[in-house]
Amino acid sequence: MNTFGWTRRALIAAATATVALGGAVQAQAEQMMESVHFLIPGGAGGGWDGTARGTGEALVNAGLVGNATYENLSGGGGGVAIANLIENAASSHGTLMVNSTPIVIRALTGEIAQSFRDLTMVAGTVGDYAALVVTADSPLQSMEDALASYREAPMDFAIGGGSVPGGMDHLVAAIVMQGAGEDPTAFNYIGYDAGGEAMAGLLSGEIDALSTGFSEAIALAEQGEVRILGVTAPERVPAYDAAPTFAEQGIDAQFVNWRGFFAAPGLPAEQLTAYQDMLATMMETPEWEAVRARMGLVNIYRPGDEFTAFLEAQEKQLGDLMRELGFL
Amino acid sequence: MLEGLLIGLTSAISPFNLMMVVVGCLIGTLIGMLPGLGPMSIIAIMIPVAIGIGDPTAALILLSGVYYGAIFGGSTSSILLNAPGVAGTVASSFDGYPMARKGQAGKALTIAAIASFAGGTIGAILLMIFAPALSSVALLFHSAEYFALMVVGLSAIAAFAGTGQVAKALMMTILGLILGTVGEGALSNMPRFTFGMMELQSGFSFITLAMAMFALPEALFLVMNPSRAATGDSGKIENLRITRDEAKSIAPVIGRQSLQGFFIGVLPGAGATIASFLGYAVERNIAKGKEQEEFGKGSIKGLAAPETANNAACTGSFVPLLTLGIPGSGTTAILLGALLALNVTPGPRLMTDTPDVFWAVIISMYIGNLVLLILNLPLIPYIAKILTIPRTFLIPFILFFTLMGSYLGQNNSTELLILVGFGVVATILRFADFPLAPLLIGFILGTMLEDNFARAMQLYRGFGFILERPMTLGLLVLALVLVLLPSYRGYRARKRAEGVADGD
Repeated sequence: MNTFGWTRRALIAAATATVALGGAVQAQAEQMMESVHFLIPGGAGGGWDGTARGTGEALVNAGLVGNATYENLSGGGGGVAIANLIENAASSHGTLMVNSTPIVIRALTGEIAQSFRDLTMVAGTVGDYAALVVTADSPLQSMEDALASYREAPMDFAIGGGSVPGGMDHLVAAIVMQGAGEDPTAFNYIGYDAGGEAMAGLLSGEIDALSTGFSEAIALAEQGEVRILGVTAPERVPAYDAAPTFAEQGIDAQFVNWRGFFAAPGLPAEQLTAYQDMLATMMETPEWEAVRARMGLVNIYRPGDEFTAFLEAQEKQLGDLMRELGFL
Repeated sequence: MLEGLLIGLTSAISPFNLMMVVVGCLIGTLIGMLPGLGPMSIIAIMIPVAIGIGDPTAALILLSGVYYGAIFGGSTSSILLNAPGVAGTVASSFDGYPMARKGQAGKALTIAAIASFAGGTIGAILLMIFAPALSSVALLFHSAEYFALMVVGLSAIAAFAGTGQVAKALMMTILGLILGTVGEGALSNMPRFTFGMMELQSGFSFITLAMAMFALPEALFLVMNPSRAATGDSGKIENLRITRDEAKSIAPVIGRQSLQGFFIGVLPGAGATIASFLGYAVERNIAKGKEQEEFGKGSIKGLAAPETANNAACTGSFVPLLTLGIPGSGTTAILLGALLALNVTPGPRLMTDTPDVFWAVIISMYIGNLVLLILNLPLIPYIAKILTIPRTFLIPFILFFTLMGSYLGQNNSTELLILVGFGVVATILRFADFPLAPLLIGFILGTMLEDNFARAMQLYRGFGFILERPMTLGLLVLALVLVLLPSYRGYRARKRAEGVADGD
C-alpha cells in the first residue's frame, strides 16, 4: 500500500530548494553538464530517493551540474519506472535512473519483466554492507555464540529483517548461515514491513537477531542499543571498526547492497562517457563526501563494464541462493 | 527535568525558532488541506530546506511544525468534502461530513481544531513527563499483540452496523480485507491477485480507494440529486460557536482520547489511524442511548474522538523516535532520516548527549499547537464558506481534487482508472444502502492484520500465541465485547419494546 508519494508540486519545490541551496555555495569546479533529470522508481523518503537527491545535491553544490530535477515514479517494485524509461528511451537521454540490489532480486523472481541488461549501465556509486545485530544486553557476544544458540534449538532462534521472506534482508541472513555451514533453508526468518518495525521486534525480544543494513546498524550501535555480530564486508569498515566482519570469524559471507545509476537503452556512447566522468569527478569532491558520510555508505565506484560484471556476479550469487531456498 | 525544560524554553523561544514554528505550521496546514498530500510528502519536501538551516534544533522544530500542521489541516477535506487525504482522518469524516451537510460546517471545523489542539497539547505533556519511561512500553507489544490490536480496531465497524445493517457492514469489511490482500504479501515477495498487472504489485493505494469510496460517490450524488446540495446556512459565522452543553459533552471524550490516542501512538507501527478508529469505536460504545444513535449522523462526540486521538497519537509517535531511534510510521521514518542528516542520532542517549534538541522539540510542540489553534480559528468561517459555493462550481472542484489527489500519490495514470472504476462500484453500493466506511477500515487494517498474524503464527508455530500471551487474549476479548455490545443492547432494547407492547 503506497499511501505516500511524491508529487509533481513536491518535485518542483524540492528541486527549486536544492537549486537555491546550491546557488548559495560558490561553484568550485567546472560545470560538466547543463542539467540532469533523476528518475526515482520509489516514493519519498526511501533509499532510492535519498541516493538520487543526495547525488543531485552533491552535483549541483560542487558546480558540476547546473540544475538537477527529480521525478518519483513508484509502482511495481520499481518496474513501472524501468518500463517507462525503456518505452521513452529516445526522449530520455537526459535521464538517470537510480536503482539498487532489489532490481536484481525482482528480475530473478520475474516481478520485473525487464532486467538490468535492458538498460544502459552507467555506474555503481555507493554501497551499504549488511550486518547481523543483537540487542546490547544479549548474552550472544559473537557470531559463534549465536550459531551455538541456533544449533541448540533451531526453531527457537528467530532472525528478523525489514523485508518479506525472499527479500534482501532474508537473503543476507541466508548467505551468513550458508557461510557458517548451516542449511540456509532451515532457520526461522521473520519478515517485517519496514526496518523500523523489525528493529522494534528485536528490542522487544520477539526475535533473537536482526538482519539489517550496516549504516542503520552503526546508528543504533552508537546509541548503545545493539551489538553488531558481523558485517558482510571483506575487511573492517573504517566508519565503525569496532564491528567484526564475518570473514574474520571464519564465515564466508560477503554482500554489498549497491546503489547505482542506469540510463535509457541506446544511449549514445559519448553521452554515457560524459555521465560516467561526471559521477567519477563528483565522487572526489568534498560536497559528495558530506552526502556520503550523512548516508553512512561506502564508495564503490564501478563504471560501465565493471558495473555489468559486478551485477552479473551478484545475480549469480543471489540466484543460486534463491533456487536453494525455493524462491525460484 | 526542570533544568531540561529551561534549556528547551530558552532555545525554543528564540525569535528564529519561533518563526520556524509559525512557518512550519502554516505550510503544513495549507498543504495538508489538499487531499492527496499527507504529512509524509510535505515533510519530504521540506527536508532540503531544513537541512539547509543547519541548526538541528531549528530544523526539527520546523519539521515537527509541518507535521502537526499537516495533521491539523488534514481533517478539513474530510469534514467539508468527505475526502479524507490521510488514513488518520478517515474516522473524522464519519461524523464530520454529516455535520457539514447539516449546515454545521463551521462548528465541525471548530470542534476539530479544539480537539486537535487538546490532543496535541496533552500528548506533549505526557511526552515530556513520561518519554523515557515509555520507551519500554513501546516494546511491550509483540506481533501477537499488534494482531489483536488490529482486531480491536476492526471492531470499529460495529459502529456502522446500525439497525439491520450488520450483515451489510460485515460484507463490506470482508471486501475491504480482500482488497487489502492485493499486491505483495507478508509471507513472500510474490505478488498476489494482480492479474499480471504491474501497477497492482504494490497493492491499491489508500488515497485512491478513499477518494473512490467517499468523495467520488458524494460528488455523483450531488449531480444526481440537486436537493442534496442545498446545505443550508453552513457559511454563517455564528455556527462556529459551541454551546456550553456541547463543550461539556465533548470534554470527557477529549480527555479519554488524548490518553488513549497517545498510548497507541507510542506503539511503533500502530499510529494515528488505529488510534482514530479505536477512539471512535470506544466512544461510541461508551455513549448512552440517544447519543450513541447520533454516531455516524453528525455526532460532535464522534468527531471529537478521532480528532483528539489522531493528534495525540502523532505526538506519541515521537516517543519511540526520540528515545529508541525507531520510526513508528512512514512520517517519523523521514524525520529520522532528517535527524541523522543533521548529525543528531536519536536513541537512549539523545536526552543526555543533546538535551537542547530534545527539550526544544517538546517545547515547540506546545507552541506549535497553540499557533495552530490561533491560526485556524479565525480562518474557519472562510474555509467553511467553501460549501456555499454554487453546485456548478463545487462539483468540478471536488472532482478535480479527487482526481488530482489520487494521481499525485503515485504519478501514475492507472490510478485514475482504478479510482473511477471503484468510484462507480461505490456509488452503486451506496444506492443499495451498503455502508462504505467498513470497507475502508478493512482495507487499511487488513495488511497490518495479516502481517502481524503471519509473524505471530511463525514465531509460535501455530495459534499458541493467543493463549500464551495474556495481553493478546485480553485485547481479543475486548474486541469481542466491542462487537457484541451494540447487538446485545439492540436485542435488549427490542425485548423491552416487545415487553411494553405485550404489557399493554
